[in-house]
Amino acid sequence: MRTARVIPCLDVDAGRVVKGVNFVDLVDAGDPVELAARYDTEGADELVFLDITASSDRRNTTVELAHRAAEELFIPLTIGGGIRTVEDARALLRAGADKTSVMTAAIKRPELVTEMAREFGSQCVVVAVDARRTTDADAPASGFEVFTHGGRTRTGIDAVVWAREAERLGAGEILLTSMDADGTRDGFDIELTRAVVDAVNVPVVASGGVGTLDHLAEGVLEGGADAVLAASIFHFGEHSVAEAKAHMAERGISVRPADPAG
Amino acid sequence: MTKPLIAVLDYGIGNLRSAQKGLQKVGADARLTADPDLIESAAAVVLPGVGNFGRCMEALHATGLAEPAVAAAASGRPFLGICVGMQLMYESSEESPGVPGLGILSGSINLLPDTVKRPQMQWNTVAVAEGGRLLAGFETGSWFYFVHSYAAAPGPETAATCSYGIDVAAAIEVDNVMATQFHPEKSSRNGLALLQNFVTLI
Repeated sequence: MRTARVIPCLDVDAGRVVKGVNFVDLVDAGDPVELAARYDTEGADELVFLDITASSDRRNTTVELAHRAAEELFIPLTIGGGIRTVEDARALLRAGADKTSVMTAAIKRPELVTEMAREFGSQCVVVAVDARRTTDADAPASGFEVFTHGGRTRTGIDAVVWAREAERLGAGEILLTSMDADGTRDGFDIELTRAVVDAVNVPVVASGGVGTLDHLAEGVLEGGADAVLAASIFHFGEHSVAEAKAHMAERGISVRPADPAG
Repeated sequence: MTKPLIAVLDYGIGNLRSAQKGLQKVGADARLTADPDLIESAAAVVLPGVGNFGRCMEALHATGLAEPAVAAAASGRPFLGICVGMQLMYESSEESPGVPGLGILSGSINLLPDTVKRPQMQWNTVAVAEGGRLLAGFETGSWFYFVHSYAAAPGPETAATCSYGIDVAAAIEVDNVMATQFHPEKSSRNGLALLQNFVTLI
């Protein structure tokens, strides 16, 4: 049986949640671990912490965060952002992360993916692909181009080709974000999702653009994604993870129920 | 009453803290260790594992933990293999031809079929065999978190199966020797309840 996963994503800066989170009953809404535990009880299948800490001397706060998350959190945790070396990944995995996600460092030095896979196993290695549609003369064949720096910097790399290459190098999962859709709340870029899902044999997490529960269902039903990632729809209290799963189940998608009978 | 001491074998791979923290959460004094004396004196032993079969076996030998693991399983004390830790308990794996496993269980580990995505990285339900202690209280249809590309075929020692392209062994139980292909320490409430079952056996 194939079961779709629902994954809330938290942006974290120096160990604190960045985007405002609107759960009135939290003791500390800025604490990623408390929020994560909340999502666990709501039925989240996994969690992603995206570390946007700019200064490298504060990055050990992220390792401390992984350390603390391991005490409270009993669902899989992926940490991404700023991982440049095998040792960066090792520190996070040893502290308690289950997967580490790499993006820019893997584009600069694709062997990093292979090194991480050899060291920790592919299941610990997520390659994050940020893509935009490009149409000019320099656009890659698929029409989807890899971008870095929050969608500002072109790389000239074809996103579909890169996803396939990442799998070959040893990635165990692709975290695919449409930088066109991200923040729009208009839904996933379904064509992009489908193109990458069809190109690889490892799981694909669709990300970017979720504004409604239907969007989550469409990512799976139309995009073919193995998992759907969302941030604001959950953080601002519009919908709980439990509601998301109930809706996806109504649309005929196999999901782990939010309140499993046991 | 003092908490039962559980030795979680630390041979330098991936995320071992989650297994330790899960066991602590349900009331055990779980310690990550490579100390043979501590392992021998522990009330129960847990063999976690992630990544490649051959590399895990290599690391087990390099840290001198292969023999203590086999001895612990033979000692009658509760023994739990998790994920690749379960796979290491068999004689061999298609993942690493020519590399002997611990041989605590007979048989080999096989690649999941080509008809499904590998790895299986998702929650899945299990079908529970009656009468087991590790899955006491669980019914068929219970959800657990799986991450694996290889698995054991169901056999007489199987305590639960999982369907993913084919039926594979999701959990095994032979007297004191137990294992799960899924990650109880990543399976939220269900996983903690299973670890609770394990700790209760001590």
